[in-house]
Amino acid sequence: MSEPMAFGLSSALNFAYLPFVKLAGMPLIAYRSIPKAIIKGLQKNLGLKMKIETFSNQQKGQDRLDALLEEGRIVGAQTSVFWLPYLPDEMRFHFNGHNLLVYGKQDDVYKISDPVFEHVVEANEQEFLKARFAKGVMAPKGAIYYPTFVPQAIDYERVVPKAIKTVAKRMLKTPVPIAGLKGMRALAKTIRKLESKDRRYARLFLGHIVRMQEEIGTGGAGFRYIYASFLQETGNILSNETLLEASVMMTEVGDSWREFALLIAKSIRSKKSETVDFDAIAKKLESIADEEAVIYKKLLTAF
Amino acid sequence: MKAQEVPQDDSSIYRGEKRAVYATSKDGEYGVVASSGWDAEEEATQQAVAELERLSDEAYEACEAGEASPLEFHMYSKRLDLLSLSQATGLFQWRIKRHFKPAVFAKLSDKILERYADVMGITTQALKQLPKKES
Repeated sequence: MSEPMAFGLSSALNFAYLPFVKLAGMPLIAYRSIPKAIIKGLQKNLGLKMKIETFSNQQKGQDRLDALLEEGRIVGAQTSVFWLPYLPDEMRFHFNGHNLLVYGKQDDVYKISDPVFEHVVEANEQEFLKARFAKGVMAPKGAIYYPTFVPQAIDYERVVPKAIKTVAKRMLKTPVPIAGLKGMRALAKTIRKLESKDRRYARLFLGHIVRMQEEIGTGGAGFRYIYASFLQETGNILSNETLLEASVMMTEVGDSWREFALLIAKSIRSKKSETVDFDAIAKKLESIADEEAVIYKKLLTAF
Repeated sequence: MKAQEVPQDDSSIYRGEKRAVYATSKDGEYGVVASSGWDAEEEATQQAVAELERLSDEAYEACEAGEASPLEFHMYSKRLDLLSLSQATGLFQWRIKRHFKPAVFAKLSDKILERYADVMGITTQALKQLPKKES
């Protein structure tokens, strides 16, 4: 199964602005569901069975991972970016939600496939343990996961509509004001309020939005492209014209997210004396929410 | 995004590595394209790194001047802040703030120092002093 297919069938596309969850003093902005929810989504929609294990004891966590690798399994793991030795220094912040695949161990070195890199990487026992058991917000607690049952065939006719409707409804109708499209509008409001805030803080906040979008979690706008790819794949499988049209629109939304990031990058690059046009940035975000709303409404009529 | 529009800005953050990006071919078919980075992303990351450097430099000077304990410097240099250090160590923020005072810090038990050192990945010996300035 392709990566976009897994992403789409688990209804992973999302948006959430969580001002009360702080990362380095800045709010968490998520462009997809948390990995645990993605795994649950896959189980529900596909009949795939995954086992997630967390540990209170580090040694047990390591022994269990080693035993699973010994069995020849590929194991997913939640880690902190800060402790992964193979990541460039600039990327190493205290972000505990980084997921990767461990596919082997040689002597005391783990063989890892990290979504950040094209090629495989390595981390030694001690380093990897530290990354798996980092403390703080979203502490991974050594979380590892692996499939215990993989279905032979997928009934796309049944599963695809369900998975797509879940996303569309969530984005359009989530009652809390910080999730879905309402979350985007809430973030836009916050951006407008930056006008009256300390200038340094305002610029850092804007930069943080871009980092959450483009870097942490391998790209927020990127998830729109992955979803567009999913819509294209399923549109072809089910010969559904609406999905194919929605795919093109979703690609455009991804482009808009990138324009949004570019707009911010320009404003934080600008000289200290220049004023930042917060209203223009907020408006761009609101227009993205409008754009996305059209797609989700369209998707609800696709089946 | 079209495949030929995938940014190839040779981001310094990537260190010559490449990252997978989904983009469309000429006929609109989706596929994976390797990107060498994007200026907008690099900008935002450098900004965050610079801010932490600024804070740790300030803390370094404050410590040299005897106004702060080395703890504050190590906190920022390990990319932590009061909140995240508090969450990682399980110590209240007001307690950590007290430990920024040189006199209070000097009297800390090895157990508390160990807790700080552990989440920072350094020895308690290193925690108690400032590293030599890189020239």
